[in-house]
Amino acid sequence: MTFLGMPTTAPRGVGNLRGDESFPAAAHKALQDEQLRRNLGHATTTIRRKSGAVIGELPDWQELREAGSTLKANTMARLPELLDQLEANVTAAGGVVHWAADANEANQIVTDLVKATGHDRVIKVKSMATQEIGLNEALEASGITAVETDLAELIVQLGNDKPSHILVPAIHRNRAEIREIFLREMPGVDPALTDEPAELAGAARRYLRETFLSTKVAVSGANFAVAETGTLAVLESEGNGRMCLTLPETLITVMGIEKLVPTWRDLEVFLQLLPRASTGERMNPYTSMWTGVTPGDGPQNFHLVLLDNGRTAVLADEVGRQALHCIRCSACLNVCPVYERTGGHAYGSVYPGPIGAILSPQLTGVEDNASLPYASSLCGACFDACPVKIDIPSILVHLRNEVPHPRAEKAAFGAVAYTMDHPALYTRAQHAAKLSRHAKKLPPPLNGWTASRDLPEPPSETFRDWWAKR
Amino acid sequence: MRIALFVTCLADTMFPAAAKATVQLLERLGHEVVFPPGQTCCGQMHVNTGYQDQALPLVRRHVRTFAPYDVIVAPSGSCVGSVRHQHAMVARKAGDAGLAARAEDVGSKTYELSELLVDVLGIEDVGAYYPHRVTYHPTCHSLRMLRVGDKPLRLLRNVRGIDLVDLPAADQCCGFGGTFAVKNADTSTAMLTDKMSHVLETGAEVCTAGDSSCLMHIGGGLSRIDAGVRTVHLAEILASTQES
Repeated sequence: MTFLGMPTTAPRGVGNLRGDESFPAAAHKALQDEQLRRNLGHATTTIRRKSGAVIGELPDWQELREAGSTLKANTMARLPELLDQLEANVTAAGGVVHWAADANEANQIVTDLVKATGHDRVIKVKSMATQEIGLNEALEASGITAVETDLAELIVQLGNDKPSHILVPAIHRNRAEIREIFLREMPGVDPALTDEPAELAGAARRYLRETFLSTKVAVSGANFAVAETGTLAVLESEGNGRMCLTLPETLITVMGIEKLVPTWRDLEVFLQLLPRASTGERMNPYTSMWTGVTPGDGPQNFHLVLLDNGRTAVLADEVGRQALHCIRCSACLNVCPVYERTGGHAYGSVYPGPIGAILSPQLTGVEDNASLPYASSLCGACFDACPVKIDIPSILVHLRNEVPHPRAEKAAFGAVAYTMDHPALYTRAQHAAKLSRHAKKLPPPLNGWTASRDLPEPPSETFRDWWAKR
Repeated sequence: MRIALFVTCLADTMFPAAAKATVQLLERLGHEVVFPPGQTCCGQMHVNTGYQDQALPLVRRHVRTFAPYDVIVAPSGSCVGSVRHQHAMVARKAGDAGLAARAEDVGSKTYELSELLVDVLGIEDVGAYYPHRVTYHPTCHSLRMLRVGDKPLRLLRNVRGIDLVDLPAADQCCGFGGTFAVKNADTSTAMLTDKMSHVLETGAEVCTAGDSSCLMHIGGGLSRIDAGVRTVHLAEILASTQES
């Protein structure tokens, strides 16, 4: 075997994995937005309650989580051979498989494929992978229009906005804001549109129906791919995905290489885990599966683009690789006290919340997303909620150990550790702390504490002084 | 039973009342408490901030200090969590398998106070008396790292005179998170604000928990807004008697 060097991370200058500012700076702004806080608090509380109720119905939920975790670990351990198997089976069924090392390659492949069809418009099924690589922007640059057909994704696209949640990309918008966006941006919209949810959905439906029936090329992501059969699966709730996957002449699917499961039977576990953990439904509403091309039925040209974009680098990290087990349910976002208050945009990446805090820095290399592993109080709610048991807190701690540290902070932590390892120095430091009267405000970088919290009154004697006198 | 006290650097330096109460409670229940003097800090703050190299000597010191004891108690879910779930990991990453094994051994015999009382000593009524309206905040690490469940509440329900009221959204983090409270001060404050309004909703005079760190955070916020609610460590409530 030839050694090809260390796997590379996702390239800069393309895609949506890096924010313009650090998490604390972006969060500072998001926290000022009271409408956003209300929208998020309402939405996450509703999803949490719904999901908790249907999970509570299953006596074997913990066993299912264990099975999901084990299946994913097993898949990652055999990823190269399973990918080869998938390619062989997709090809045998009439599909064409393309390998994309990074976002640039994937965008180029898809652009070329669309151009080859002679069409200049594609319809899209909501897909995290294509958001990750910035496919819509790349198509746009080549004169190809991409129309998002998932309702929330359409709201985001028309609003010239970015998704802020993996599953509910427009979670930061309320219906009044959505009405305004539709009135401003949706072609042919009825000017008398109200903000009734059914009316808003109806407006989107009229617009999309016309687009579905007149567009010949579709681009999708995939929730799962079955190596042993070459079958792809997309799970969605609105039926727009089913339209995109069946009506056009050409279907191009962009899928991260970690989305594999080894066998058809493995889907049984994930099709139970995903809807209950994500939308709080017992069964997923629209589950579309296809294997290559079926003559006379559905798209007659099928292309599968297998995307790396840093995933092999994640796989090389023994602790961090668990992040590849993610099935994009967003349960961790919905239970995260940080996400609930800052929203998704503060994370700067298409992958927000706890999973984003461990996935984005690994895909880009930690130096490019150095503040994300700290965007957590390590409360552990995400680990409990994860349907495939990704130990997110442990990976956050692991990544914090990898990021470059500010020099002054490193010196301070070194001094504290030295003191703590020398009991005589430690006792002296304790007495110094006891004697010094606390100021009302601490100097930077500790002033964040005293901005909203008083410091405790130092006690008259330490515990060990008291103990020594007994 | 002979029990070694792992006081934690925070309780030792800033909140000795919680540590003294732990000693007084265990002695009142007829146990012998010893204080291994070589102890300082478990290194959790270093590990959780990304300084595992610097934490290594602290892990080594902690393991060396506590290895000779059969039962170890700390008035902190968070520090016990670090000892039980992080020390061996730090040692392994440093390539010291021997230290990792010893750290696992120490971790397996280290208990948070409510675990020691309920699981090891088999006691839920410690004979305490505390005539106040109290609400209990289950700290994240006791809840989700140690899985103490309702053990602290079972102990509190048996306290004479107590008016124990449920804290709404109790399992939500207070926003402390160690250096998170400084590095992400705005988000931490937003979380604290919600926690404080839940505490105030209960009408309690006292908010209690098993961790001095979270209580320092909640208490610091309550003090800033002059809420008139005190924070008191679980050990102090359990150590209170009609005589004291």
